[in-house]
Amino acid sequence: MNEKNRNINGVITPTEKANIFSNSLGFIKKNWIGFTLLASLYAIILVLEQVLPVSSMLFVVLKKGAIYALVAVSMNLCNGFTGLFSLGQAGFMLIGAYIYGIFTIPLEARAAVYQYFDGGIINFTVPVPVALIMAGLAAALFAYLIGLPVLRLKSDYLAIATLGFAEIIRAFFQWDKLGPVTNGSNLLRRFPVFSSTLYPFVVSSICITIIVLLINSSYGRAFKAIRDDEVAAEAMGINLAKHKQLSFTISSFFAGVGGALLAMYQTTVQAAPFKAAMTYEILLIVVIGGIGSVTGSVLSSFLFIACSEWWLRFLDSETYIGSFRIPLLASGFRKVVFSIIIMIIVLFYSQGIMGTNEISIDALLRFFKKLFRKGSKEEAT
Amino acid sequence: MEFLNTNLPYILAGISVGGQYALIAIGYTMVYGILRLINFAHGDIFMVAGFAMVYLSATLPLYISIPLTIIITVLLGFAVERMAYKPLRTAPRMSIMISAIGVSYLLQNCAWYITSGLAKQYPTIPWISESISIGTATTKIVTVITPILTIVLVIALVILIKYTKIGMAMRAMAKDFETSQLMGVKINSVISFTFIIGSFLAAIGSLLYFTNYATVTPIAGAMPGLKAFVAAVFGGIGSIPGAVIGAFIIGICENIIRMFGWTTFSDAFTFALLIIILVAKPTGLFGEKSTDKV
Repeated sequence: MNEKNRNINGVITPTEKANIFSNSLGFIKKNWIGFTLLASLYAIILVLEQVLPVSSMLFVVLKKGAIYALVAVSMNLCNGFTGLFSLGQAGFMLIGAYIYGIFTIPLEARAAVYQYFDGGIINFTVPVPVALIMAGLAAALFAYLIGLPVLRLKSDYLAIATLGFAEIIRAFFQWDKLGPVTNGSNLLRRFPVFSSTLYPFVVSSICITIIVLLINSSYGRAFKAIRDDEVAAEAMGINLAKHKQLSFTISSFFAGVGGALLAMYQTTVQAAPFKAAMTYEILLIVVIGGIGSVTGSVLSSFLFIACSEWWLRFLDSETYIGSFRIPLLASGFRKVVFSIIIMIIVLFYSQGIMGTNEISIDALLRFFKKLFRKGSKEEAT
Repeated sequence: MEFLNTNLPYILAGISVGGQYALIAIGYTMVYGILRLINFAHGDIFMVAGFAMVYLSATLPLYISIPLTIIITVLLGFAVERMAYKPLRTAPRMSIMISAIGVSYLLQNCAWYITSGLAKQYPTIPWISESISIGTATTKIVTVITPILTIVLVIALVILIKYTKIGMAMRAMAKDFETSQLMGVKINSVISFTFIIGSFLAAIGSLLYFTNYATVTPIAGAMPGLKAFVAAVFGGIGSIPGAVIGAFIIGICENIIRMFGWTTFSDAFTFALLIIILVAKPTGLFGEKSTDKV
């Protein structure tokens, strides 16, 4: 409610600066339910890992879903909250994945990995958390440089230019002359990977929390103002160029971290799969979840991954009932069904699952309270 | 002269591929001119035309399968517009573009399902697949035919747009969508007609392109589609001669880059060109002056 009274031009006044510290304490106090829920989620995953066999599809879904959730939320920050229609996500993920791979392959494995390039030219490794942050920073740096010329463009021109940059980045990483660093078009492998499902969950929940904090800050309000009306936002004193650049760079930072996590999940990195198709997939996740809803993006990433990796798998295998072969079921049918569902959502439910709403703990509590009250009333009558 | 002799095959290939891009680029530029929509699915319609030809020519003789391919492609273009873009006519531009990406995803996945993801051999069309030698270079006849056919088709299209009633309606809609609607232009039929022309040219383009490259895959349309779009932007989006000249320039440059042995960067170059043109001269070479791009 007091949001309206706050200034939205992104300038931090001294009083606000003083408030930030007490706010962050207040944040933890206010959101203790959220933290408890998150902790219990971690606990559930830990328990599941003990109970279920390692090969269970559930873990694939949880790992990949967590990674895609991070990437989708980062795309949502740029596309949904700032209204910058950027299609460069796959390119930034590629940078993150490569930076992570390049700097974490153990020294003794380098000769084998860089077998065509005499063991490569980078002769040191950094710890995994540092490499994750480096992956993000490298993606952010590229995004900053790309953003300088490109963010002047509008809607579809911005989309096609960022898509173009992603392709350029991909070509660059496959270049032979850079082989000693990037291993050319060969695989990067044998870098440290995570074994526990908890790892991607912890990393992406930290990142998503940071994004949510950003969205709820004065910067986030400035982003939303730019999305809703650029002219009005500028008239209110928001520096358009600065805020667009900021949103684009931060979004790419988290895409880079997501790319590094994806590299860990896949255990190998190659530039080839980071195509425009990957960006489209993430964009569709964002659309399904609702453009401008963080919880929507998270929810739809898990749904999307669960459907494509697990629940709709049966569509891909030929199935017989007795001797009757169920028609249409064959390799690739899953994706057809999937894309039809997506088209239906795009055409008829353009709001996605959540629209611009969020699932907040307060709202959930209110919902349950209402439900409970209704229940008790009915009992009374 | 020495240089020209050794590099003639590359330049010829460039002109030929440029012509094929031009035929696709016209589809982009016309749709953009009227609807302000990047039809991401256009490259995939081009790919479907390739597969239609592969499957039809397996059972039917060429003189039936070629016209049938063109008809199927045109129908597909029409259907895509009616089903995926028409319901969103009043929606924000971002939704239509997302819908276009969705259609592209759908078409690619359908193609993948039908072909099980395998590359299909494109049928050889007699005469245009034969070899011919020009100077020191030996190429297929299709290389020579493409630019000629492209230019003939473009001239026909320009005449259509300049001198017919529907062409006039198209120009009016490109200028001002709402006003032309008020003036009694039947916008839906004009938009459908635009998609039909675009798909028709894409079908011709696919006949020529795949004769050159011999195999069709479900993602074969993505790259030529994007490049043709770049060509359209380069020439000034909305302008047909601009798109054609842009496509030829991109086709030739791409092959000159291959000639120097920088094959990895031939795709990247196209996009670099796009970004340079967008930043330096957003209206393109022949584009009308407008300010809503930057």
